[in-house]
Amino acid sequence: MLSGRAAIAGVGATEFSKQSGRTELRLAAEAVWAALDDAGLSPADVDGMVTYSQDANQEIAVARETGVGELTFFSRVEYGGGAACGTVAHAAMAVATGLARTVVCYRAFNERSGRRFGRPDAGLGGEPTSQGLEMSWHVPFGLVTPAAWVAMFARRYMHAFGATSEDFGRVAVTMRRHAATNPAAWFHGRPITLEEHQTSRWIAEPLHLLDCCQESDGAVALVVTSAERARDLRHPPAVVAAAAQGSGAGQMMMTSYYRDDMTGLPEMSVVARRLWEMSGLSPADVQAAILYDHFTPFVLTQLEELGFCGRGEAPGFVRDEGIGLDGRLPVNPHGGQLGEAYIHGMNGIAEAVRQLRGSAANQLAGVTNVLVTAGTGVPTSGLVLSTG
Amino acid sequence: MTDPEMTAEELHELARGQADLGEVRGAPAPDPVNAPMIRHWQQAMGDTNPVYLATGVAPPAMAQVWTMPGPGERPDDGSPVTDVLAALDRHGCTGVVATNCEQTYHRYARLGERLTPATRFTDLAGPKRTALGVGFFATWTVTWYAEDGAPVAEMLFRVLKFRPSETGPTTPYPLRPAVNQDTRFFWDGVEQGELRIQACADCGALRHPPGPMCPVCRSVARTHTVATGRGVLYSYVVHHHPPVPGRETPFAVGVVELQEGVRIVGNVVDCPIDKLEVGMPLRVTFRRMDDRLVLPMWTPEEA
Ligand SMILES: [Zn+2]
Repeated sequence: MLSGRAAIAGVGATEFSKQSGRTELRLAAEAVWAALDDAGLSPADVDGMVTYSQDANQEIAVARETGVGELTFFSRVEYGGGAACGTVAHAAMAVATGLARTVVCYRAFNERSGRRFGRPDAGLGGEPTSQGLEMSWHVPFGLVTPAAWVAMFARRYMHAFGATSEDFGRVAVTMRRHAATNPAAWFHGRPITLEEHQTSRWIAEPLHLLDCCQESDGAVALVVTSAERARDLRHPPAVVAAAAQGSGAGQMMMTSYYRDDMTGLPEMSVVARRLWEMSGLSPADVQAAILYDHFTPFVLTQLEELGFCGRGEAPGFVRDEGIGLDGRLPVNPHGGQLGEAYIHGMNGIAEAVRQLRGSAANQLAGVTNVLVTAGTGVPTSGLVLSTG
Repeated sequence: MTDPEMTAEELHELARGQADLGEVRGAPAPDPVNAPMIRHWQQAMGDTNPVYLATGVAPPAMAQVWTMPGPGERPDDGSPVTDVLAALDRHGCTGVVATNCEQTYHRYARLGERLTPATRFTDLAGPKRTALGVGFFATWTVTWYAEDGAPVAEMLFRVLKFRPSETGPTTPYPLRPAVNQDTRFFWDGVEQGELRIQACADCGALRHPPGPMCPVCRSVARTHTVATGRGVLYSYVVHHHPPVPGRETPFAVGVVELQEGVRIVGNVVDCPIDKLEVGMPLRVTFRRMDDRLVLPMWTPEEA
């Protein structure tokens, strides 16, 4: 079993900006050094590296820049932001099986000043790879942006459960409220009101501008080693109590419109079942959830798939019980990707570690277990991290 | 993930900011006013008046010549106009046509004088509908100063920056599908006005999007059925931002559930956006995008 075998011993990041002014490789190297410093380890201790298949910086290049020598384990995780927790899952597997002793996971990009994922790419359907063919049922119709892909699910969710744009807006308002008191957040000191959400312009109806997360330049790195060794290092470990990847039946990249009633995220259900089973915990046992929030509607869906409320109940859960710092389930105390930065979910894992250490900007009381999820609408992944 | 380009209001705000910069000095002319250039220019323009070279002055209409960058040369001269034009490009107004050029001459430029241009952004108007497409009129003035600080000439310049109007049949439609032997039957079908749905030749299961092997019975024997082209709108989006190549915004895209029981994605057309509704009955229509691509689209059943 993987549970309890590995831990995150270090977290590091660059600043989060709109224009880093440096190369993505340099961002990666800076974040890796910061994570090693945080763990109290040196490059010589590292023998494994994991990143996203979308990352432009190869493991060997990051190793060269940081003075890491031989690697005995390297791996890439597919499916965009769905990779986030998967990097830690791969690292934990490597550590638990002895393939590596200390694995660095990283994600680095200039997603705002470089290639922006929100820009239409007419070439998405250009090649007859399986993904190019999948895109070819959508791209010719101008359905080419992540916001529009998600909006298609959001409309059906509204239709099925009577949810409203304000229900989505409450997620955005909460995330921005959290970011407002997080000095590392891009939107530090800049909360929004529900009215501002409602009057922000349309991106892809039913999504307003303020339903969409920001675009960021930056990097985050994590150091994963055995739980036993992590206990001897500088900070209390964030033990990997559970790690899982998941895709659903009939899965596509962002456009799984053909398989069911389009109101859920079956791949997140796969991940949720595995996480609760592996950790032996239940939704009532976590004090915070880091939910992937590239677009607000899928935060609601995740609350349902992860078992925090029933199907169609998330709008009421958010409205009546709350996902704020004092709510029934505090979600993304750092402000999430809507508020802190869009680092493809990696910054959320770092926040979970800080909450367990007791060192977060918006620190919650008595945190012993934190759930973390990765990209939604794509094959995804999740973690339960615990003290001990 | 979305941090779209400027709205019309934001463009105007940028333009006001650039206008507030006032007159911005550029780099001085690389060469002083000189006889060889005057001779060349007069020959090129067919201007035979001998008075200029005889009296040691340049033809006034040459004002712009002295500070004009060469072809391919793009000096970052800090002109307040540059940012506005770039923002208009990003706004999708990539077309450009000069509409006004008015020159005022204060005095002759003399041989040996080195002129310095100064640019003042004055106005942005629009969006306006024009024969070329929707666009903005940007106006600025350039004044050329002599070394003693006296103005020699000035020029008001106005351009229309426009969004090239909807893709015509001669322009290739940019959003092309990838096609291979598993999907070609579908695209051949729409070219002939048929909406073809893959059917397993063994168990009969219908499937869209199609693929090489029946996931129900493992058969690779495939055929297709021609759909009735009737269905209901299962979900939809109205795309506003950012601009999409080959498309005028806003436009609607729907997931349509066919009578045959499978779903397909396509644009909903001939329907006002505020009349779109989940569950509305639709029928297929075929639209030619260019000489190589036809797309199936959806129109309200009662239309
Ligand atoms: Zn079959």
